[in-house]
Parts: sequence; C-alpha cells; structure tokens
Amino acid sequence: MMATVKLSFSPAPVHVRTARLVGVAVARRAGVREDLLDEVRLAIGEACTRAVALHRQYGLPDPVYVEMSDSGAYTVRVVDRAPIEASIGLAALPPDELAKESLSEDALTTGVGFALLAGFVEDLQVRPVDEGVGTEVRMVWPAGRA
Amino acid sequence: MELSLATRTVGEHTVLEVGGEVDVYTAPRLRERLLELIDGGARRVVVDLGRVDFLDSTGLGVLVGALKRLRSAGGSFALVCDKEPLLKIFRITALDQVFPLHPTVDAAINADPTGAGA
Repeated sequence: MMATVKLSFSPAPVHVRTARLVGVAVARRAGVREDLLDEVRLAIGEACTRAVALHRQYGLPDPVYVEMSDSGAYTVRVVDRAPIEASIGLAALPPDELAKESLSEDALTTGVGFALLAGFVEDLQVRPVDEGVGTEVRMVWPAGRA
Repeated sequence: MELSLATRTVGEHTVLEVGGEVDVYTAPRLRERLLELIDGGARRVVVDLGRVDFLDSTGLGVLVGALKRLRSAGGSFALVCDKEPLLKIFRITALDQVFPLHPTVDAAINADPTGAGA
C-alpha cells in the first residue's frame, strides 16, 4: 500500500535534523537500499537547510513543507515559500573559486549545498510550486519493498 | 548524536576533535570554537573528523572559513578524515582539492608545510 508522510516545520535550523531522521526512517520503510540511506539523509538535509535559509533570508514565518511518499519509488518533496526564481541555477563551484577570499561563507555554503544535491540525487528537480510563491525540490530514489 | 568538540595540543599543532553531527544547527558552535582557537593564537590547526557521522554544506562552509582565516594569518589548516562517506562529500564538492586531507592526525602533522612536524 502506498504510504505518505507529511511534515511541516517552522523555519528553524534545529528542526532540520528532525526532517532528516523522519526522511531516512520512511526511506528505510519504503525499501530504499541500505547503502543509499546516507545519501538520502544528506540530500533531505540539504534541501531543508536551503528552505530554512531562504525563509530566514526573506523573513517568512511560514513552515517548510516536506512530503515523503513511496508510490513505486521513494519521492521526497521539500517546499519553500520564498519569492525567488527557482532553478538548479548554480553549477558546482570550481576549486579555485571555493578557496577565494572574496567568496562569502553563505555563498560558498549555498554552492556546496547544490553540488551535494546534484551529486547525490540522480533524479532531482527544482521548480516553482504549482500554486502561489515558492520552490519545490523533488528527489526520487529507487525503492522496492520486499 | 549532538556535536562534540575537544581540543588537544600536539607539539605546535592544535588538534580539534569533532564528533557527532555537523549541520545547520550545530555548525555555529564549530565556527565559534575555531574562531576562539585562532583568536587565541593557534596557527597550526588540525581538525579531526574521525568521529563525525554527519557533515553538511553548512559545516563545510565553516571549515573553509577557518582555512581562509588561517591561510591569511600565515598559518596552516588540515583535516583528518578516513571515512568513505565523508570523503565522497569532499570529492563531490571539489573541496578535496581545497583542503589538505589526511587519514590520521600524525599524517596531518607530519605533512604540514609550515614545519613543526615530526
């Protein structure tokens, strides 16, 4: 039977860990391969960290929304409400850029976060939400419950 | 597991042992500790990630910040990491080409180009 777990949390860093733990628990239950779980944990963390950072940057008290479902594959959607142009946009930063004095820690963290998402999630989409303002980060992993 | 931080001195090197989860919530504490060490005069810093079981982009940002700060102060900064999942994170982000990465604390100290090793 298809299972969906929905989670919404106030945009505070302390809750990102909760989202990671829930995300991995549901992934395990959905039958995602054991050796992929570290990557699932990291990717959900990065997507939620990005959403929390955007909500704080724009002063949005709205919760960050996470939906996990195992209809065939394991799909995780992380939705923010920030008024930005949604896209993968940032390519991975080359090493000489990363070490540059002029690159701020925030910019570096954002770039590195995207590199991790793109590197760890084969099936990744970043797109505007269907209704209203915001971005959806959608990640899919193969799953097969025995 | 929460973040744990422990500092020890090996010769002229300051070794910061980090354990647990370094993420958007705990990374500010890691940043504070590194700044305290550097402001307190530490110039040869080795961060041992041996007991870290989670590291995200925020934690990586803090480590790069410390690297830059020490470099501009004429110091050195190295990481100790031998866990494949963490090493993969450094490779994917190309940060393996930014940080000196070593499998052990001894190796990090002996490889320090600013001397005081061995």
